[in-house]
Amino acid sequence: MNTRVITALRQALRQIGRNLTMTMTSLFSITAILLILGFFFIIIVNINFMTQGIRDSFDTVQVNLLETTTQEQAQTMIADLKKQSNVASVVYQTKDDALAHWKEQWGDQADILDRLPSNPLPNSIIVTVKNIEKVDKIVTYAEAMPGVEKITYSKDTVNKLIRITNIIQIVALVLIIFLLFISIIVVSNTIKLTVMARGREIMIMKYVGATNWYIRGPFLFEGIILGLLGALISGVLVLVIYHLIVSKYGVNVVMIMSSGLISESTMLENLTAIFAALGISIGACGSIISMRRFLDT
Amino acid sequence: MIEYVNVTKKYGENIGVEDVSIKIEKGEFVFLVGPSGSGKSTFVKLLLKLLEADNGHIYFNGYDVTKLSNREIPNHRRSMGIVFQDFSLLPKKTVFENVAFAMEILRKPRRVIRRQVPQMLDLVGISSEAKKYPTEISIGEQQRVAVARAIVNNPSVLIADEPTGNLDPETGWEIMRLLEQINKRGTTVLMVTHSSEIVNAMNKRVIAIRDGRLVRDENEGSYHPEDDGNTKDDKGLFTI
Ligand SMILES: Nc1ncnc2c1ncn2[C@@H]1O[C@H](COP(=O)(O)OP(=O)(O)OP(=O)(O)O)[C@@H](O)[C@H]1O
Ligand SMILES: [Mg+2]
Repeated sequence: MNTRVITALRQALRQIGRNLTMTMTSLFSITAILLILGFFFIIIVNINFMTQGIRDSFDTVQVNLLETTTQEQAQTMIADLKKQSNVASVVYQTKDDALAHWKEQWGDQADILDRLPSNPLPNSIIVTVKNIEKVDKIVTYAEAMPGVEKITYSKDTVNKLIRITNIIQIVALVLIIFLLFISIIVVSNTIKLTVMARGREIMIMKYVGATNWYIRGPFLFEGIILGLLGALISGVLVLVIYHLIVSKYGVNVVMIMSSGLISESTMLENLTAIFAALGISIGACGSIISMRRFLDT
Repeated sequence: MIEYVNVTKKYGENIGVEDVSIKIEKGEFVFLVGPSGSGKSTFVKLLLKLLEADNGHIYFNGYDVTKLSNREIPNHRRSMGIVFQDFSLLPKKTVFENVAFAMEILRKPRRVIRRQVPQMLDLVGISSEAKKYPTEISIGEQQRVAVARAIVNNPSVLIADEPTGNLDPETGWEIMRLLEQINKRGTTVLMVTHSSEIVNAMNKRVIAIRDGRLVRDENEGSYHPEDDGNTKDDKGLFTI
């Protein structure tokens, strides 16, 4: 680092120390906004994660076969299906396999199934598609095959889900951008107060021959330092709260959504980088915006 | 080293300076006098390019100040030392820091700054106040700090706009002695003042302006406000 940067940094620290009220106000507003942003971030990331999970669990088409369909016929059908585009995998599921699968899912209550006189489930072919949005073609193709009893798939559910999550994401994104905008204004206003209080100082510096960057430097660092501090405080708070949510409700979420919340370590990794970047840019933008007016002569 | 050629600066209807031409040589000590509102500060601010001239040219050390780009202005200002009555010290910096900052913007190494600033404070006689803030010292001492800051980078010109304006006579004279001492070291001094007493005692070149126009330019001149059409009572030594 060259001496100019060090000088500016030293002055920024001095300014922060000598204007504690102003520092606290800025810090408070940055922290508050980043906290709100942090919660939006948690929500959006988890929604993304869950939709992905749900989509993945809905990407299969179950082709139930008639009682009369033989093993050989089934094998030909499987071979045919495998040749179709948009097909990821095709497996044959015997009625016994299906029942075993059920039992597994039902867990504790599985003994009810044992009381059944005979296995009510059909043999079936499970087709996993690559893209659930284009599932219709496969369904039409499979329906035309002889020996098919019924086809079950959940395109509508998935579509609805995708639509809803898209809307939630867009809304959250708009809110985030809006909040960022607000935060830059808040920060630039707080710094503007500092700058205005020091308007005379800035004039004197200019009279003596300081360059714009020399004057801006300490304010820029001040903004960045405040931004980073705010990011640190709010980041820690968000993570602590996230930890509480995960440990308290994480299990319930798994039950309801068939997919869990994002792990705390993943959240930590993402949040650290994003908050640091946000803190720096909010602080830097804020201070540059607030100084513009004072430096154009 | 300083030359004004037909320089005019108006503020809308108000005349700042009008058609001023003047030449100041290296090493001179020049008083700029005139009644209030005659354009003295305007004259000085044009040289520092704190104001843009409407017309004419101002040459300083061979270049035309009116043609400087924004990027060249800081360097231009650094080649002059300035002491203004109304633009004095940075309130949040100590006496030491106030002087040091003029060196910092020239990117002088800290080692040099730490050696040279105390020398300057010593020269203007306030070395014991180095750690104090401007509000903790007297106005006379503040003005000395301003002088120390103005000369710490060894400028070829020192510009002082009413540096004694707010001072009691005794302190005023001390500042004058300081300026004369600086001038003896080879620095050109251009000083704006209202005080006829100071001008008449110093026996230096006097440039008088009125309503923005140059009305008198004498070596070893004097200043009698009433002769230059001043209706206000400006004879008092240190008018506020
Ligand atoms: N920023 C400004 N806007 C409009 N008019 C101005 C401005 N600055 C100065 N003037 C006018 O220009 C004229 C010259 O002003 P200037 O400040 O140069 O006078 P001065 O000789 O320094 O006066 P003083 O002795 O009171 O400091 C005055 O009539 C003043 O009212
Ligand atoms: Mg003036």
